[in-house]
Amino acid sequence: MTTQDKSKNNLLDPYASSRETTEGTVFSVTGGDWDSLVSEIGESKEERIIVNMGPQHPSTHGVLRLVLELEGETVTEVRTGIGYLHTGIEKNIEFRNWTQAVTFATRMDYLSPIFNETAYCLAVEKLLGITNDIPERASVIRVLMMELNRISSHMVALGTGALELGAMAPMFFAFRDREIVLDTFEEITGLRMNMAYVRPGGVSQDLPAGMNIKLREVVKSLRKNFNDNAQLLIGNTIWMKRTEGIGYLDLAGCTALGITGPVLRSAGLPWDLRKMQPYCGYENYEFDVITADTADVYGRFLVRMAELEQSLRIIEQAIDKLDKLEGQPVMVADKKIAWPAQLALGADGLGNSLDHIREIMGTSMESLIHHFKLVTEGFRVPAGQVYASVESPRGELAAHVVSDGGTRPYRVHFREPSFNNLQSTSAMSEGGMVADIIGAVASIDPVMGGVDR
Amino acid sequence: MGLEDKLPSGVLLSTVEGLAGYMRKSSVWPATFGLACCAIEMMALGSAPKHDISRFGMERFSASPRQADLMIVAGRVSQKMAPVLRQIYDQMTAPKWVISMGACASSGGMFNNYAIVQGVDHIVPVDIYLPGCPPRPEQLMDAIIKLHTLISDTKLGPNREAVIKEVELAAMNAKPTIQMKGLLA
Amino acid sequence: MSEEQTGMFGAIGTGDTSGYGGLVRTAAATGSTERPFGGYFDQVADDLERAYPDFSDAITRVVVDRGELTLHIKKSRLVEVAQILRDKLLFEMCMGVSGIHYPERTGAELVAVYPLLSMTKNQRIRLEVATSDLDPHIPSVVNVWAGNNWHERETFDMFGIIFDGHPGLTRILMPDDWDGHPQRKDYPLGGISVEYKGATTPAPSNRRSYQ
Repeated sequence: MTTQDKSKNNLLDPYASSRETTEGTVFSVTGGDWDSLVSEIGESKEERIIVNMGPQHPSTHGVLRLVLELEGETVTEVRTGIGYLHTGIEKNIEFRNWTQAVTFATRMDYLSPIFNETAYCLAVEKLLGITNDIPERASVIRVLMMELNRISSHMVALGTGALELGAMAPMFFAFRDREIVLDTFEEITGLRMNMAYVRPGGVSQDLPAGMNIKLREVVKSLRKNFNDNAQLLIGNTIWMKRTEGIGYLDLAGCTALGITGPVLRSAGLPWDLRKMQPYCGYENYEFDVITADTADVYGRFLVRMAELEQSLRIIEQAIDKLDKLEGQPVMVADKKIAWPAQLALGADGLGNSLDHIREIMGTSMESLIHHFKLVTEGFRVPAGQVYASVESPRGELAAHVVSDGGTRPYRVHFREPSFNNLQSTSAMSEGGMVADIIGAVASIDPVMGGVDR
Repeated sequence: MGLEDKLPSGVLLSTVEGLAGYMRKSSVWPATFGLACCAIEMMALGSAPKHDISRFGMERFSASPRQADLMIVAGRVSQKMAPVLRQIYDQMTAPKWVISMGACASSGGMFNNYAIVQGVDHIVPVDIYLPGCPPRPEQLMDAIIKLHTLISDTKLGPNREAVIKEVELAAMNAKPTIQMKGLLA
Repeated sequence: MSEEQTGMFGAIGTGDTSGYGGLVRTAAATGSTERPFGGYFDQVADDLERAYPDFSDAITRVVVDRGELTLHIKKSRLVEVAQILRDKLLFEMCMGVSGIHYPERTGAELVAVYPLLSMTKNQRIRLEVATSDLDPHIPSVVNVWAGNNWHERETFDMFGIIFDGHPGLTRILMPDDWDGHPQRKDYPLGGISVEYKGATTPAPSNRRSYQ
């Protein structure tokens, strides 16, 4: 075994077993040296230990750093450290034009890319003033994609949450169902994740032929598959012992901390933006807002499981609507804004459809100019600021977009639900056991890409 | 102690190399280093029954870097995360390999800005670069299979030193990218 | 936005004057919107005036644009107005703080925007507070809406706005010892040119851009 340097002034060696700091002695555990750690800690008179659940940890849902102050097994203080995934997306967007910004926005909260895109596009459309000109087929497709994305996001939440609490089979079931949804995404948009499918003005391309039949089959198989997880976990004594009463955050706490989404709904308040401030035609769909009244991890788990079924209901209604709207455009009619060319699958992959190329090269000079200027310069958005919100699987996701009248966004700020929700970690975990922190964080379902942007 | 101290020479060395390579590639344990979107595709590779990484014996993702062989850097590495990445890499025991998964890990990807390290090879030596945004689980599997070939062909002892010398000489004499012209130059 | 656009439109730095969308920049008016505002905005403005007698002193502009109400508030009165909005007008939730940097508005370069949500009444409004670069202090509303804790830290980190009264104003997204405030307009994007065979592609901030 490597010899541990016992000198107390190892400030230069980050891997020393212990070093003195202004806050006291810091111990570094590097594996295999547990007994030396125990003896060293036994020498100190401190009862409280500060443990770092560092950014690299299998159970912290991404690069989240939790600094725990422990007294035995009880947590006395939890401090959250974020910023390990800060990408500067908002600043990058300021150097791209309005349509290119979608490709950045979509990578923010990577489990719900369609929601990021839709929030941004709704904001841009509000600034342009074309919210009522978006074709109905485009809105229905947006709703369909959003609900599919809600299912895939909840699957990851359930799977990883269960894995972190010790259950492995739900992870396999959840990712199996997620694969079904991702295959659907790939058929429709071309990509499994981070699709950049929703564009300002509509969606980038229509559904492929025969998609309605496939979607109905997908709904049928998902409905059957959701039973696997439900039968395994709902009512399972071990699961309930691990999750009931854990991570309690009541309604007052939620509103003070600005928390929305399943966490708020598990406290009893049926606040869902799809019902209260509908967008994309959500007022025309029939679905229920699921609430629980226990405000704990088990309640949030039940809320997410039930939301899956509601999403399937909405998807079925969307498919019916799509049948009726066959052949409608999926982009706004104004040619000075609409992204040119619907894509088509050719011999060399997905690209501009040959019909469009024929039109711009052969028949219409105006279309050629539109295509050229839209792709190189982009459209202009009148000056102003707008705040558009959607109900993402984690809560209220909103884009605050400021325009100065040019071809590039002046400032885009995303109000990410996980950013607010993660602030409640301390409130949920302090006073409980170490193992319950994992459950509490899993029930918040933070996605660090959205938290750090 | 360890294999490298007890190497035979000559023909026996190639046998030992083959055997050691075969053993080492058959059960590589990845360290969990999922950062962003690529991590989800890595999890899909690990957990979705469709793309099953257990066929390589790799489903046991090791949270402790001390017991891990392979670090799949999946996702964008921000400036704040870079020292952590290096510390985890240092804590891994030799032999260790690195796959930089995705465009962000290989080169900074689409995020050419102040916050992202432009390529994880600024921090750790990379064995396999895997482009994609995010790469499909099948692409990651292809990268892993290529890594397995690399591992099974690793030379040991004096052969390894010769290989290292050769690679270094080639790198010193190579033309920098900016001076190359076209496909043939 | 009240800047007037001068010079040729098209791509900066080249002779490209194609200006596809034309040089129409609707400069937003500097005054307030005239009453009636429409929808529930009149109700909100009246309730606030009734609950807060210093309304005309504290609130410099009321703007209704694209279906959204923005109240521009003097920063010294921010906490009072916030308290009244939360307690009397029932805007229980603040959706965060969004910072904006307008380098051309001398005296009011740094702006903090607070979107508010009232779940009981299903209403949304926005508060906007401006401060100068030379004195980047804004009072903190953490005591009114606790969820703004991290948002104010983020705005400090990204723009340099110092929130007085915040329990722990430190960097949250960048490393603790980072220099500068990245999302300000005078902070470079920091990209490097991408090298190819025989040529480079400049970083996004150095490419030609259209106005």
